[in-house]
Amino acid sequence: MRVLAAGTSTDFVAQETLFWILAVASVGAALAMILVRWAVHCAIMLAVVMLCLATMYAMQGAPFLAFVQIIVYTGAVLMLFLFVIMLIGISSADSIVETIKGQRLAAGLTAIGLLVILALAIGHAAIGPAPPSTAANGTNNVSGLAALIFTTYVFPFEITGALLITAALGAMVLAHRERTEPKPTQRDLATRRLASGHLAPDPSPGVYALHDAADRPALLPDGTPAETSVSPVLAPRDVIEAPPAVRPKEGTPAITAGSGEREPDPLTPSGQAPSGQVGSGQIGRADS
Amino acid sequence: MSPVHYVALAVILFVIGGVGVLVRRNAIVIFMCIELMLNACNLAFVAFARLHGNLDGQVIAFFVMVVAAAEVVVGLAILMAIYRARRSASVDDANLLKY
Repeated sequence: MRVLAAGTSTDFVAQETLFWILAVASVGAALAMILVRWAVHCAIMLAVVMLCLATMYAMQGAPFLAFVQIIVYTGAVLMLFLFVIMLIGISSADSIVETIKGQRLAAGLTAIGLLVILALAIGHAAIGPAPPSTAANGTNNVSGLAALIFTTYVFPFEITGALLITAALGAMVLAHRERTEPKPTQRDLATRRLASGHLAPDPSPGVYALHDAADRPALLPDGTPAETSVSPVLAPRDVIEAPPAVRPKEGTPAITAGSGEREPDPLTPSGQAPSGQVGSGQIGRADS
Repeated sequence: MSPVHYVALAVILFVIGGVGVLVRRNAIVIFMCIELMLNACNLAFVAFARLHGNLDGQVIAFFVMVVAAAEVVVGLAILMAIYRARRSASVDDANLLKY
């Protein structure tokens, strides 16, 4: 950092090269951030932008802000984003369709207008060459900042403390969920299970004669795949091996092994068993 | 490097963040775009601090970071509450107050 901020001619070239690399990387990552579909990819792109900006802070004689940027932003804030993405669901991709007609076009025009206005403002301002960046730092950057924060800006600093406490309390209140019903005891759970008429646990996945994997549904005695045997989290990820018959559909009653009559699944026409289960499927149908 | 380059970069990043806020509909992604805009502002603040040869801009950037952290905490908590009620993080689905 000190080398980069020193300002001799060789450092100037190095600084310029580094600036252009970082500028291209940060603009590219920012563009990718608004273009990719998945929220996790957006978060990673945002991390790239923040790391680039942290390096730029260091280049501009603000090492304290560079480290705060890495520790607070890339470390804490972005991890918070990732936590919430995990809580809400990793599969929360944006839909591509435009719900408001002409929204993208209007957004593009607005962006161009904003860019023109800001560029004009910067172009009209006479921004000269910078003085050596360490001019204002006393002994070093941190003590210079501390002197300012605890003298000139001490009142905003105190307000910031109040803001942080308020934010923490607000997050606690908003994220808190009141329990509106008593917690079910073990007896309640047992009663519920007896009343459901489905005493045994759900069948385990895997078609044991041909495959043994968690993404393969088990086969019922009549040869049809048991939807309840595969984990429901696998369905939206399209990793279940046997085709549509095993996708858990909303409103479909759970297939219980004991139920005598069950209607045939409309998605599996009889005689066309899913691949990988042909043998056992045909055997099961031949018996029935 | 002249500070004008840094300010120009900050403008570009700010506009990209603004486009993201306008175009995207996943509330988490919109939040990330707001963070990008705040970061662009910080970059401009640091550049101006260097331009003027004092540290006031860096102090303001520091305050912006603190306020952004508080904003993210409350915003994500609101997002969690909305998700719990409506099972969706899309801003199109939170439309009970529409019209």
